[in-house]
Amino acid sequence: MSSTVGPTSTLAPGEAARETLDRAALERVWSTPPGFLGWLTSASHKSVALRYIVTAFGFFALGGVLAALMRLQLTRPESRLIGPDLYNQIFTMHGSTMMFLFAVPVMEAFGIYLVPLMIGTRNVAFPRMNNFGYWIYLFGGLMLWTAFALDIGPDTGWFAYVPLSGPAYSPGKRVDIWAQLITFTEIAALVAAVELIVTTLKMRCPGMSLNRMPLFVWAMLVTAFMVIFAMPAIMVASTMLAMDRLVDTHFFNPAEGGDALLWQHLFWFFGHPEVYIIFIPATGFVSTIVSTFARRRIVGYPAMVLALIATGFLGFSLWVHHMFAVGLPQLGEAFFTAASMMIAIPSGIQVFCWLATLRGGRIVMRAPLLWALGFIALFVIGGLTGVMTAAVPLDLQLHDTYFVVAHFHYVLIGGALFPLLGAVLFWLPKMCGRMPDERLGRVSFWITFVGFNLTFFPMHLLGLGGMPRRVYTYARDAGLTTGNVVASAGAVVLTAGILVFLANVAWTLRRGAPAGDDPWGAETLEWATASPPPSYNFAYLPTVDGQAPLWSTQERPVVTGLRTDVREVLITDGVDATPDHRHRLDGASVWPFLTAVAATIGVVTALFTPWGVTIGSLLALVTLTGWFWPRGAPAHETVEQRP
Amino acid sequence: MSRAAIVVAAVACAACSGRMPVLDPGGPQAARIATYWWIVFWLSALILAAVVAFLLHTLAHRRVAAAPASLVEDTRVERRLALGVAAAVGLTALTLVVLLVTSVATGRALRSFGGTDPLTLEVTGYQWWWDVEYWDPVPSQRVRTANEIHIPVGRPVLVKTRSLDVIHSFWVPGLHGKKDNIPGHGSSLVLQADRAGTFIGRCAEFCGVQHAHMQLLVIADQPEVFDAWLQAQRRSAVVPTDAFARHGFDLFMTGPCALCHTVLGTPAGGRRGPDLTHLASRRTLAAGTLPNTVGHLAGWIIDPQAQKPGAQMPGNAFGADDLSALLAFLGGLS
Ligand code: HEC
Ligand SMILES: [Cu+2]
Repeated sequence: MSSTVGPTSTLAPGEAARETLDRAALERVWSTPPGFLGWLTSASHKSVALRYIVTAFGFFALGGVLAALMRLQLTRPESRLIGPDLYNQIFTMHGSTMMFLFAVPVMEAFGIYLVPLMIGTRNVAFPRMNNFGYWIYLFGGLMLWTAFALDIGPDTGWFAYVPLSGPAYSPGKRVDIWAQLITFTEIAALVAAVELIVTTLKMRCPGMSLNRMPLFVWAMLVTAFMVIFAMPAIMVASTMLAMDRLVDTHFFNPAEGGDALLWQHLFWFFGHPEVYIIFIPATGFVSTIVSTFARRRIVGYPAMVLALIATGFLGFSLWVHHMFAVGLPQLGEAFFTAASMMIAIPSGIQVFCWLATLRGGRIVMRAPLLWALGFIALFVIGGLTGVMTAAVPLDLQLHDTYFVVAHFHYVLIGGALFPLLGAVLFWLPKMCGRMPDERLGRVSFWITFVGFNLTFFPMHLLGLGGMPRRVYTYARDAGLTTGNVVASAGAVVLTAGILVFLANVAWTLRRGAPAGDDPWGAETLEWATASPPPSYNFAYLPTVDGQAPLWSTQERPVVTGLRTDVREVLITDGVDATPDHRHRLDGASVWPFLTAVAATIGVVTALFTPWGVTIGSLLALVTLTGWFWPRGAPAHETVEQRP
Repeated sequence: MSRAAIVVAAVACAACSGRMPVLDPGGPQAARIATYWWIVFWLSALILAAVVAFLLHTLAHRRVAAAPASLVEDTRVERRLALGVAAAVGLTALTLVVLLVTSVATGRALRSFGGTDPLTLEVTGYQWWWDVEYWDPVPSQRVRTANEIHIPVGRPVLVKTRSLDVIHSFWVPGLHGKKDNIPGHGSSLVLQADRAGTFIGRCAEFCGVQHAHMQLLVIADQPEVFDAWLQAQRRSAVVPTDAFARHGFDLFMTGPCALCHTVLGTPAGGRRGPDLTHLASRRTLAAGTLPNTVGHLAGWIIDPQAQKPGAQMPGNAFGADDLSALLAFLGGLS
């Protein structure tokens, strides 16, 4: 590998002076312009990703406030604190915010931050598009929340079933706003997915063949492909819904030959994979954290990769298990039950490999690992209740009850938020150069863990007790009061845990001890550069000769010969990452921001008139022309092979 | 921690399954499902306990890290770990096969209930109440009521679910799982009660503002009691002879009520709201929102929006006398 290609060589020890020079040149070329303009125009994957992460946690906080309001309302039976109209907006906003504005974006943002560092390159493949995706995401989120503040928030639930969400039963703008938000998050998610796929497949440093790729990168790759295959379904569905509402088509109107079930198929063909789009990156976090603190490679790397890919495929074959109460022929029931249960196998493989890794390693107990361990316990519970709901006969009882609410919070909070918070602690030193407080990290874990179980475990019993989802109140004599009181008390504890966690982050940013390059003794390439990483990530692109490069005792050669006076990166082969050519990336530009503004104007206008589509397209035409106006030299040069 | 949670859960389940309709079945369908539930529950509890025990054991016996991470691996240890993973995956697959087979078997059993002579009902969901029609080959023998279903103990009941507005879901957890009422799609389920009693049902699919208040009662009686009830329901209402109630009758027929409600044997033939022919025989008002007492009925008629905000019935401004007359008329609809 590295010895046979041109631009790779070991940096001679005497070249320190040259390195200083190179670093200065790189910093000039790669740094983001300062100030407000830099903020609008940034083409750095790190600054865009950090912004993404902070914004996503902002939405998480908003969604959390809504959750608290719902718990407040449900603490007492027949409570009149929040009326049904507002309550319906609240749970719709909670679901939509947590799924579309928090969970998916925050996972992709971690991918955008970490993947280029982990694979040893300087940026993502399309830096301007990356920035465009962020603005679209932000504007979509703001639009939704502005609508909510104006009392026109959507109120038909995050899966917006027709005909309830159709023009006849939901007049007004509420559902239109929901459908448009979906369109916007689709675009942002697709942009990030394309970004991650191309970056991963074409920009890995020399030597990082697919079978040496870190598991987190694999997880993001599978996730990104899932996004690309899942989004078209919802894109079609939400557009059809918008057309039913705006221009009187009748796709979903049974009275005119449309079909209400079509919506459910299209929605869940997207909606189920969506859950894995959130969960798979989380498994990437867990693999990284477990391997680091068990001080050994993950047991069964090939099995883990295959499990990820299998989850990616199977995730598309079980959407119908959200629709068992519709009534299916027996063969259909058996098929979708089997498919739903089968996905427990790849998940099981992952859990067992983590357990085996812990067993075979020398465990260093640190706060991020604690979050990962908590994840394992909670995810097993969520997985088991998932198997229960996968069985048609049981699902007929459990579907649309609080049992399902409990199940998916175990999977999404236990299965994704816990690893995410572990990941925040784990990578915070890299992102800000300071160490989080270990004690606060542990304390916040235990409070959150206890609070979480107290909140959501009783919901299983509420479901069995006959409490449907999405009810704003319940009868005094329904026997549901105790469970609801416990759940609400748990929510207080859970909130306290999250607040301690955030306090820890805030403390870290201001006072944390300096972290150094690799405070945890981790093995992936992001730990080979400074904390926080310089704008160009690596002075010389690294090369790797196996998995776990930083644990290798071998000397690692670096790539030299890339230009330092332009934004140049090395493009490598998709499978074995042999160098192919040098490629020049775009720098900061204001056009992506303007294009996002144009699209937003179009979408907001389209809420009121179909002409919005025309107006938005024309504006976007102008900004896209600006964006792609040819300037400067060709983007890439082929690498000459030296003998 | 989680092991404790499971124990607590098991105890809690045992203690309060009497209050949990899903686990306190009143008929063969719900009983089959509950049996399957317990199989899955105990298997799951076992798996969870095993995983957590393994994890805790690993943590308790962890080797203290002396050296930094290394890639040097002992092949014997690696083999053992890989075998362990493989065995666990094998066991998982086996468990899933067991669960799948029992699930399919339970599904088949649920389909096989039905018998030859079921009582047939058509239940139509509306925002936010249930219309119920007892089917009979002779149209005049059909019975229409709302929000309350009476069934005979021991006889299968075929419930056809429909909707004409949005999607609802018919769910009586003590008797069976749920079945969606989907506009444009008919669907059905067979349920049966093996003991007399009252089973609470509710709409399980979010259907708009008052989804929370869309309940219904299923009352299982001995066959003789049921037959008598059905006979009584077939009777039309009679125009009251008492002058006071007669005034109420007139108010009903000339006011807006008759546009939305049916009272058999009178000119009132509206279909936008529940059939009121035998209102006084029912236990609740407005789909389980209120008990059917004179006071609540008066409150409902004057201001339904205060009791059930968003309900599709407007308020009425009756004077005290008119209201009492109306109540006297409605009270006679037994
Ligand atoms: C616009 C149509 C409409 C009018 C007019 C109307 N109702 Fe109603 N009524 C309904 C609907 C719809 C319901 C079911 C509400 C619910 O449960 O959500 C209902 C429910 C009721 C119920 C409860 C029935 C039950 O079994 O739960 C009573 C009693 C009733 N109405 C009486 C009256 C009287 C008396 C009047 C005239 C003063 C009247 N309604 C006028 C539509 C109407
Ligand atoms: Cu309903």
